[in-house]
Amino acid sequence: MMRERRRTLTVSFDGVEVDAYVGESVLQCARRHQVDIPSLCFLEGLSVYGGCRVCVIEVAEDLRLRPACATTVAADMEVSTDSPRLKAYRKAIVELLFAEGNHVCAVCVSNGNCELQDVAVHVGMDHVRYDQRSPMRAIDASHPKYLFDPNRCILCTRCVRVCDEIEGAHVWDVGSRGQQAVLTTDLNQPWGTSTSCTWCGKCVAVCPTGSLSYQGTAVGEMHHDPKMIVRLAAARRGEWIDPEEYR
Amino acid sequence: MTASKDPEVARPRIATVWLGGCSGCHMSFLDTDEWLFELAARADIVYSPIADVKAFPDDVDVCLVEGAVANADNLELAHELRAKSKLVVSFGDCAVSGNVTAMRNPLGDPRAILEHVYVEAPDRDGVVPGEAGIVPELLPRVQPLHRVIDVDVFLPGCPPPAERIVAAVEALLAGERPKRSGESIRWG
Repeated sequence: MMRERRRTLTVSFDGVEVDAYVGESVLQCARRHQVDIPSLCFLEGLSVYGGCRVCVIEVAEDLRLRPACATTVAADMEVSTDSPRLKAYRKAIVELLFAEGNHVCAVCVSNGNCELQDVAVHVGMDHVRYDQRSPMRAIDASHPKYLFDPNRCILCTRCVRVCDEIEGAHVWDVGSRGQQAVLTTDLNQPWGTSTSCTWCGKCVAVCPTGSLSYQGTAVGEMHHDPKMIVRLAAARRGEWIDPEEYR
Repeated sequence: MTASKDPEVARPRIATVWLGGCSGCHMSFLDTDEWLFELAARADIVYSPIADVKAFPDDVDVCLVEGAVANADNLELAHELRAKSKLVVSFGDCAVSGNVTAMRNPLGDPRAILEHVYVEAPDRDGVVPGEAGIVPELLPRVQPLHRVIDVDVFLPGCPPPAERIVAAVEALLAGERPKRSGESIRWG
């Protein structure tokens, strides 16, 4: 396929100038140039949510922190990705994610294969400075193939978006507000009774934690496959991407 | 901590403590194998579940604490070891985060949990075990160690792998702080 020539401009990451495509996000540009910005809710191929705030960056002297995934590149933009302030905020954000739910790595299906765990290592979290909320949340094990544990959910909404935008079923949504916010299936009915779920498993594939898993998976056995959605979304756009690169 | 060149003068004093945990961290400590002989040649283990010492001693240089603070005894010992130790290490995920020990927290009042386990469960004799001064009271909430006392070093892992323990203790014996980045801080 003939690739359209894309217009470029110049931005800089921590003082190093790079080419950016007009219209792409700071995060996408950074990833193309191997500039390491951690993220959780972002997934290439899905709409941008900007909810986890792990990918915050600074632009020139602007004091506001911006999510790199939801910030479009502009000409001569000076992006700072790794300042002491950003490191401190990112660490605090990840600690708050751990304090908010019930994240017990030792007994989790995703232990060792978890994006939240990886990000915690990335930001240098060796303990959580905040009080644990320890919410009481019921597990939904009603689906014959899959299991939803809201204790491990960080409300990244990848499942909501992939189900709506790629599968076209929109089984998932976020119910309630504030600290009561929780993922729901259909109109807050047990997942196993859902009449809209196609059992495709895309929600499970994209989950960054152990919140969505296959039934019968033991500790550390769960391997998610969010890159499958990256490949699928690219194919839908009529683009080919190297599967080796997005394995 | 500065160790004198004469080993008889100032051998580092190391303690290991077992609070609300499964002892898996101590199993991993034993899994350091022959390194234990090296450690014994350079330091004194003055208090530990694997050394039969009844009272927590004074002037401890490094104290590794396994387990979360779950009951009144844990809380008392936590304060005592802090007062008597130069460096306190949260040793493993239960001390670091509460981990499995803290999984009762969402259930609320521990009395209700004890009632459920010992009274409502059909294969029990219907009595919550208790003996003042012998069976310690459960605290309303299980806490990670640093929410109760000041902690100097965090050594996560469930359990921390033997290599991680060796690296941390070696650093501490050399008067340095262990690395707090990379895979050495991964939970689980």
